[in-house]
Amino acid sequence: MAKTKQQLSPIEIAAKKYARYRDPLIMVLHEIQTTRGYIPREAAFEIAKLLNVPLARIYEVITFYNYFRLKSPGKAVISVCTGTACHLKGADKLVKEFSEELDIEPGQTTDDGLFHLQSVRCVGCCGLAPVVVINEKTYGKLQPSQVPHVIAEWKEKFETETADAAS
Amino acid sequence: MINLKINNIDVRVPEGATILEAANKAGLWIPTLCKHPDLGPTAACGICVVKIKGAKNMVRACASPAEEGMEVTTHDPELVRVRRTTLEMILSNHPNECLTCARNGTCELQDLAEEFSVRERLLPPIVPDISTDDSTRTIVLDPRKCIKCGRCVTVCQQKQDVWALSFLERGLETRIAPAGDIGLGDSPCIRCGQCSAHCPVGAIYEYDETARIWEALQYPKKYCVVQIAPAVRVSLGEAFGREPGENLTGQIYSALRRMGFDAVFDTNFGADVTIMEEAAEFVERIKQGNGSLPLITTCCPSWVDFMEKYHSDMMEHFSSCKSPHAIIGTLSKTYYADKMGLDPKDVFTVSIMPCTSKKYEITRSSSMFASGLQDVDVSITTREFSRMVRQDGLIIEQLNADEKPDSILGEYSGAGTIFGASGGVMEAALRTAQYQITGDENAELEFKEIRGLQGVKVMETKVGDKNIRVAVAHGLGNVETVLNEVRAALRQGQESPYHFVEVMACPGGCVGGGGQAWKVDNKIREKRIEGLYRDDRKQRIRRSYQNTSIRRLYEDFLNEPLSAKAKELLHTSYTARPQYQR
Ligand code: SF4
Ligand code: SF4
Ligand code: SF4
Ligand code: FES
Ligand code: FES
Repeated sequence: MAKTKQQLSPIEIAAKKYARYRDPLIMVLHEIQTTRGYIPREAAFEIAKLLNVPLARIYEVITFYNYFRLKSPGKAVISVCTGTACHLKGADKLVKEFSEELDIEPGQTTDDGLFHLQSVRCVGCCGLAPVVVINEKTYGKLQPSQVPHVIAEWKEKFETETADAAS
Repeated sequence: MINLKINNIDVRVPEGATILEAANKAGLWIPTLCKHPDLGPTAACGICVVKIKGAKNMVRACASPAEEGMEVTTHDPELVRVRRTTLEMILSNHPNECLTCARNGTCELQDLAEEFSVRERLLPPIVPDISTDDSTRTIVLDPRKCIKCGRCVTVCQQKQDVWALSFLERGLETRIAPAGDIGLGDSPCIRCGQCSAHCPVGAIYEYDETARIWEALQYPKKYCVVQIAPAVRVSLGEAFGREPGENLTGQIYSALRRMGFDAVFDTNFGADVTIMEEAAEFVERIKQGNGSLPLITTCCPSWVDFMEKYHSDMMEHFSSCKSPHAIIGTLSKTYYADKMGLDPKDVFTVSIMPCTSKKYEITRSSSMFASGLQDVDVSITTREFSRMVRQDGLIIEQLNADEKPDSILGEYSGAGTIFGASGGVMEAALRTAQYQITGDENAELEFKEIRGLQGVKVMETKVGDKNIRVAVAHGLGNVETVLNEVRAALRQGQESPYHFVEVMACPGGCVGGGGQAWKVDNKIREKRIEGLYRDDRKQRIRRSYQNTSIRRLYEDFLNEPLSAKAKELLHTSYTARPQYQR
């Protein structure tokens, strides 16, 4: 029986999506990087298998481009889209707001390792501009005034997770 | 054909030839560093620059095609200056460690520094801080010394199809490493050592274990036994200025006795044993019929490792017979120790091999401990051995060329000696299998179609009333096509296109092994191969089953090929392994 869409892993979906490309590897890696904030080793293994590319080649690509990271940059990776549509809708204000609230520059991680801020190119849902993606959650039409709220939401999530783990 | 002028000399070369090739044809020498004769150009170093009349910029001779009417200058004061500057740039990132380097005296970068009279270093070199990796216990990586020529990566990825090594990062940060900075021992590396055989500098070299041998030799209670592989005898001389292919068997036996070994054996005898067992397996499978064929040879541990990691579906076709050197190890601690009244615990076994992978093989599975102890205690490469010869003050010219090996694991047939060349195992096996099938003592002896350096060699030959089809592949990048042909046929329930398949990981077979004398190309491999076939022709006995020491081994100890005892001591098994440990 063919797997339904829900059963496919995010990497399988990405691999399908870019299957027709001449070099789907970069596209798939790009997608993992944007959603996860880095390329976990298990993801690299999965890509190797799905695309039939040697792992060594994947790491050559990952380490060649500054864009890709091998270590988790923070527990929550905040990707502010600065593509054209989002730019026109004031993406830079969002970057500035996150920057000030968290006291880090884009490309940096907070001292507690919880938040990593980065700006990314078009994430493909311009209709929702300005867009911010945090881990796998997408925030559309986000206003700078909502930023403190979003940060609080993630902090709370981490706190309950830690409490759950402790009990 | 293309006509051009190089330094005013007329040269004619085939279309597609590079300026470098044309210059070589004209007898001109252009310095190179990143280019290796086995491999396409990476054009990474810039040492080979030349001038073309009418062109604005200098070009890299190794990567530029010769063109009709071209006028090339390979040497003038300006070119010398540019090359010297390029060299100084390379040296500015290279550690000043020649004295403690594994390539001291054989390094291509050192040669150039000498050639261009580099006498001082104005600034201390900037060297990346990367630690050495000896996790394979067979080869050592020292990426600090890497000049980023790309040879090892090309060999590992394209020629061997293993993809253990890669270039990570870029620009100044570029370094050789397995995917994700794990140890090479946790990567798919099959330890063939071809990366080291191709590296121009001291960035990849064999894991040296000579100290353990010196130690054993000075320990009075140890009874030290040694064996030399076929390919070693035709390469050792290169480190002493002799021609590749010159056979130094006698001199090597004599050197080993002077070093203090108590018994000097020959892996060629082990090869004769391997043939007895493998030919019997082959005959048995032919009787069983189609599904069990082909039989695939397994004397190369890198090939075995590659199969276990990448082609484990073919496992049932693998000969279970151990490699010749593993067999000599087992027999030294059982058959020989018995005869001599030695306690196997006191027997210390050393093997001298063309191969880095044999260092891995000696502990690869429990069957490598068939004697109840580790069958081979230490395995060293031809290069390590050449240093031991010098450390012991021995001079090749003064050693006895007619020295004989010790009984009862020393006498060999011509079939045993050709094991060191691609196609040799197959040829040796056919010489005995024919007899086992037909009883004909005078059947075909030489199978020239499966000799030589072509990547895949196939042949059909008549044995009795059966047509036997064989395939021989060397260089692991050549294996997949052969295996796929076999797979396709078997999947459709058809007869395999080949009945018998031989694979060796290294180009040319063990003569081109990763532990042989440095600086190898096909011309040198050919000479080594010819040296082995010359040794074969010289032997009175050229079929394994006719070797009297082999007959004695079976009469006195093993009974017959594939007997229970032979299976217990001389056979092994395989297991699928993950490509990555982490
Ligand atoms: S030893 Fe062979 S498999 Fe291992 S890294 Fe070198 S070339 Fe690759
Ligand atoms: S390790 Fe040796 S062969 Fe590999 S890129 Fe560096 S210098 Fe070249
Ligand atoms: S071909 Fe010979 S030298 Fe090369 S890895 Fe195999 S056994 Fe060793
Ligand atoms: S520009 Fe931001 S989603 Fe397209
Ligand atoms: S030898 Fe031609 S660029 Fe290195």
